[in-house]
Amino acid sequence: MNLSMRHLAAAVVMTVAAAAAPAHAAFQIQKVVSPGGIEAWLIEDHRIPLMAMDVTFRGGAALDPQGKDGLAVFTASLLDEGAGDLNSQAFQKEMADKSIALSYGADLDNFSVSLKTLNQYRDRAFELLTLSLSKPRFDADAVERVRDQIVTSISNSLGSPNYIARRKLAETVFAGHPYARSANGTIDSVRKIQAADMRHFVKDRFGRDQMLVTVAGDITPAELGPALDRIFAALPAKAAPFSVPKATPQGEGQTITLEKQYPQTVITMAAPGITRDDPDWYAGQIVNYTLGGGGFQSRLMEDVRGAGSKKGLSYGFSSAFVPYKEAGLVLAGGSTRNAAAGETLGVVKGEFAKMHKDGITETELKDAKTYITGSFALTLTSTDRLAAILMQLRTQNLGIDYLDRREGLINGVNLDDANKVAARLLDPAKLTTVMVGMPQGLPGEPAKGAGSEPAKK
Amino acid sequence: MTSFRGALIGAALLALASWSAPAKVFSPTTFKLANGLDVVVVEDHLAPVVSQMVWYRCGAADEDAGHSGIAHFLEHLMFKGTPTVPAGEFSKIVARNGGEDNAFTFYDYTAYFQTIAADRLELVMKLEADRMQNLSLADDQVYPERDVIVEERRQRIESSPEARLAEAMRYALMANSPYGRPAIGWKQEMEALTTADAVAWYKKWYTPSNATLIVVGDVKPDQVKALAEKYYGPIPSHPVPPRIRPQVAPLGGAVQRLTLRDENIHEPAFSRIYMAPNYSEKTKKTALALEVFDEIFGTGTTSRLYKALALKLKVATSVSSSYDDTAVDPIAYDISAYPAPGKDLKDVEAGIDGVIQDLLKNGVTDGEVADAKTRLQAQAILARDSLMGPAHSIGEAVATGQSIDDVENWPDNIAAVTKDEVNAAMRGVFGGSTPGGATQVTGWLLPANGDSKAPLDAAAAANTVPVSSGPIR
Repeated sequence: MNLSMRHLAAAVVMTVAAAAAPAHAAFQIQKVVSPGGIEAWLIEDHRIPLMAMDVTFRGGAALDPQGKDGLAVFTASLLDEGAGDLNSQAFQKEMADKSIALSYGADLDNFSVSLKTLNQYRDRAFELLTLSLSKPRFDADAVERVRDQIVTSISNSLGSPNYIARRKLAETVFAGHPYARSANGTIDSVRKIQAADMRHFVKDRFGRDQMLVTVAGDITPAELGPALDRIFAALPAKAAPFSVPKATPQGEGQTITLEKQYPQTVITMAAPGITRDDPDWYAGQIVNYTLGGGGFQSRLMEDVRGAGSKKGLSYGFSSAFVPYKEAGLVLAGGSTRNAAAGETLGVVKGEFAKMHKDGITETELKDAKTYITGSFALTLTSTDRLAAILMQLRTQNLGIDYLDRREGLINGVNLDDANKVAARLLDPAKLTTVMVGMPQGLPGEPAKGAGSEPAKK
Repeated sequence: MTSFRGALIGAALLALASWSAPAKVFSPTTFKLANGLDVVVVEDHLAPVVSQMVWYRCGAADEDAGHSGIAHFLEHLMFKGTPTVPAGEFSKIVARNGGEDNAFTFYDYTAYFQTIAADRLELVMKLEADRMQNLSLADDQVYPERDVIVEERRQRIESSPEARLAEAMRYALMANSPYGRPAIGWKQEMEALTTADAVAWYKKWYTPSNATLIVVGDVKPDQVKALAEKYYGPIPSHPVPPRIRPQVAPLGGAVQRLTLRDENIHEPAFSRIYMAPNYSEKTKKTALALEVFDEIFGTGTTSRLYKALALKLKVATSVSSSYDDTAVDPIAYDISAYPAPGKDLKDVEAGIDGVIQDLLKNGVTDGEVADAKTRLQAQAILARDSLMGPAHSIGEAVATGQSIDDVENWPDNIAAVTKDEVNAAMRGVFGGSTPGGATQVTGWLLPANGDSKAPLDAAAAANTVPVSSGPIR
């Protein structure tokens, strides 16, 4: 357990030199189409004899059948537990002995597979990937063992204040929509899922028409093309049709407290946000960075942790603009000692109100732009990250030339654009708040306990 | 010969670096400034990005008794300004230049890092060198930050029953060693730390000769050397005191068991820690053998523990071990497990003891050793595909007394481990070196009702937890 951490901020000083050289210049994205017509986006990188591949099937846990929430994740957890003529131990041992990292997961919108392998084991890694997607075994002992693991894990999470708060928030803002679910499902729903459900899932979901593939590392287009056909030819051409309705976040203005015995109160908040294709997306990124994104420079961090508060209310508070496929949310969260919960809540809502009304400053706009443009390259530091970034371009329909356009899109935001987004999305009256802990000093109740003060601002 | 030692210098290194020798792990370039600052450079030209890390050889285990938490507190305070960079500005400047920065503290080291566009290396070197010598602390910055670290402890430790039990177990196992204290500190001691304590700590340990600068990324060693000499070179060094490290006392065969019950625990959990050697000049053979053993014993789903408890006995949903020997002094070897639904911690513990007894009696096999060595050696290649990873691996090793050769020769050293060495090292941990047996502590984490059996119907059990809900306004 390493401790990570520290500090915050105060005044504005110091000048900045010209923007950093564009990081993407180093990367050439190639579109590789196999003889059989399967497309992959590739960044070649021949530093180290290894490669990473990401595969995404559109359609995620939001499609789990009613009452069988968790099917996509349960299935993902079984794909490396035996396939073809390999039982669970044989499959696992081969992955371990060859150091093949092959993992599967699902969120609400997508099912994703990640592979990383040394070149010397690449052919076998591709074979294992094919087997796992086309011939998973779902042996009864593996299904029951993994079911126990998932149930134990969910049960365990039910003691975590962060998990409880996140669940309650999602259930409130997405009430009646599949996005209200946890991708992992519930203990009851996971108990109901059968191997037959998973076999249906594999048949319905893993269609090549819903598949996206990205690759990075020490492999050439000439090597990758035929490999794509070998890996994916066994999959059905088409997935079963599906659709997820648009979600309109609800619960605006509600404050929900779940009293539980913890020394801190976890505070989570959500307001309606924007999807990735919204024209305001880039202005939104700048607003979020200023409010509570990035790190120690944000207004929320300064308010609750920094010298601004003179109080050290919290170890940290942050915000994010989260794009689901069919909805967007503005999220904020952090934790504080119970006695300071009311004060912290007041400070955070006060910052929302301030930015909603007054927007951000010219300096904040400039600082956000230099950070958001300059820091992008920091994510491009390994082959698996490159494959993941390429997948983001594909799942979010950003285009193969996005890396060349990104900087212009961000620098094109002016103060007016940013402040319109702040006015549109940061209304504190629209925040749904969930608190877990033993919060004190909330509006409408007398302050109690040492250090507790009524909210200011 | 591909690894470079501290005494070699620039030009000769560059000549060697361009010579196509077989790569080992990170193939770093190393040199030492006249003031004693060690510098390590790893070239990685994947992206036009660089990471700078400065590792100080001081950490929570170097604190005086009664002043726990000061190492971590000072880490926070290192962002509170110098005469030329006001409090809070450090991170803002880095962010404004598209970079990210942070810091961390552990028992044997405190480290600071920035990741940023490669053409901004000079900027972050200037900033880091500035606070190596010019930190300026004012009470109105220090005391709110003390509230922050106390809040951090509340978030990391006090809100987590798992962390509270782990803290108590560490203390039980290693009470006489500074490793027995929490790295973040004891709460009541943290609350009493002062500005004067922080300044004294800074003056005692923060000096070039007690630090290692590591730069990884799209840079050339000669460029790093020129910048390091310009910014770090002029900082004078002063001697640092010896690291005083009382050792763990053998418990004379006394068996320690700790139990923690909490209403927020829904699933019982098992953990045990044993004393094990760290990696040092004297113990490296044993440590390397234990790295191989840990791979066999408790890493992944093909391990001895998983096969016995999850597959054969079906008493656990997960079980694993962990061994991190990168430390100045002997450390804890961990085992942890969750029982399967309806199974008892007693069955889990008996299963683990069964695996250990079988190992003590029969040892590991040649095949297991060969497979484990193959896996570990592959990790040395995979480790190169990262920016912060190499900086962290090298920094942690160097800060705990290893040489660059120890890092670079690690795959060869792992290859040389024999089955007999693995079995001897394993018996040293589990059998103990005294007739009383191994020095160990066993911990049980239990729900408030104290039942050591995992709920068969977890949903029903979860529903019994008192939750009052409802909008308050």
